[in-house]
Amino acid sequence: MNEKNLQKVQMTINGSPQTLEIKPWVSLLDALRHHLHLTGTKKGCDHGQCGACTVLVDGKRVLSCLTLAVMKDGADTKTIEGIGSAENLHPLQQAFIKHDAFQCGYCTPGQICSAIGLLDEGKAQTREEVQDLMSGNLCRCGANRGIMNAIMEVKNAEL
Amino acid sequence: MNDFSYIKAENLEHATREIQTPETKIVAGGTNLIDLMKYFVVNPESLMDVNAISELKEIKTTESGSLVLGALASNAETAYHPAVEEKYPLLSQAILAGASAQIRNMASNGGNLLQKTRCYYFYDPHVPCNKRIPGSGCPAKTGFNRMHAILGHSEDCIAVFPSDMCVALAALNAVVHITGNSGNRTVPFSEFHLLPGNTPHIDNVLKDNEIIIGIELPDEDFSSQYSYLKIRERSSYAFALISVATAFKMNYNVISEARIALGGVAHKPWRNGDAETYLKGKPASEEHFAKAADIILKDASAFKHNEYKIKLAKKAIVRNCKMALDLSSHRVGAKPSL
Repeated sequence: MNEKNLQKVQMTINGSPQTLEIKPWVSLLDALRHHLHLTGTKKGCDHGQCGACTVLVDGKRVLSCLTLAVMKDGADTKTIEGIGSAENLHPLQQAFIKHDAFQCGYCTPGQICSAIGLLDEGKAQTREEVQDLMSGNLCRCGANRGIMNAIMEVKNAEL
Repeated sequence: MNDFSYIKAENLEHATREIQTPETKIVAGGTNLIDLMKYFVVNPESLMDVNAISELKEIKTTESGSLVLGALASNAETAYHPAVEEKYPLLSQAILAGASAQIRNMASNGGNLLQKTRCYYFYDPHVPCNKRIPGSGCPAKTGFNRMHAILGHSEDCIAVFPSDMCVALAALNAVVHITGNSGNRTVPFSEFHLLPGNTPHIDNVLKDNEIIIGIELPDEDFSSQYSYLKIRERSSYAFALISVATAFKMNYNVISEARIALGGVAHKPWRNGDAETYLKGKPASEEHFAKAADIILKDASAFKHNEYKIKLAKKAIVRNCKMALDLSSHRVGAKPSL
């Protein structure tokens, strides 16, 4: 530990290697937003209760607000900025547009990252199971039905 | 959160050496600890990251046929592990009823045992709390205590232990494996967590210089009649008002062994040997389930906002005993059925 208590952290973010020198108490969420200027991931509650900060770390959906960036040295992280592109939307992004799955859009990056994690986990079969496994992502605008319809469409298309 | 130094443990021996001081806290998944630090409830001088100790991530069957869950295996990995799903499905069901998918991906088995109560007063560092500051008082007793205990509480503390996984571990007679400076030891699950008594600042028997290394599930078959029921104010992503883990071994319609553990009622998962003994040898009927529930709740006492828990617990016990007999009644999220 040096005098300023800065830690060196090396991560791959959306396929690009990044090196940070940060204090241990910086959350992965704040590292992404403030240090790496990737503001697609949102800070909703900052306490692990809303899911807006959901990203994919080493292929798994996790809450970046409850993750310390220093603990993810060597990790492979994907944020909403790494999902699809303007010219080539991810099927979930297309489905979200088609099914009116967002209003204010604040929960949306977390919803999409979480849904990608859910599809990769391969555990959800029925709509009820998808709802249960998406219960960590809250939407206060009430776009939940559209979100479910979007995910179900992509899930069923993958069969 | 406060400024702290960050240490990464290279192996178990390194970890055991470093946690000699009470000011060093272990971080694994961080899903409760980081949250507590953000609220300034916990302010360690240093944090030791144990996630590189890969031997603690394994889930493996022992020679004697028991299953050991590594302390650093995630809750999600554990719930979905084939050996757990096949032989200890009650545990799977209970884990999946808790938190959210993201949290289950992050959370460690050891950390689940060590999580703190979510009592609002414990979580608010600006108010008294005998658990946070011994002797300062318990505002919950006369405050908003809807989520609080009806069994085993004391003058000093009425907090509830929030884990779902631990209710199933209690029902299954798990054994906690611990290592520390004085060597290795095992603790039966029922003895790991403590009632508050007049020492509410002590949640469990783990000493400051010890680490949980694994949780062992005995080689017993409760995979045919079992159910975890979680009653909460939402269908998902909320702590239990009441939860029940039930498992039976049956001889046709007669119960040969019963396990019933309650969550949401006390400072630790609640088992009652008298109720389980009562059920042994009885036909599996609603009448006997109700009598067992009465035995379990006999000494229950409530506070201003949680009186509802006593009747709710009795009904939940009866309902869950019925659900345990019919696995097709199970609903995702451990929702009530039948």
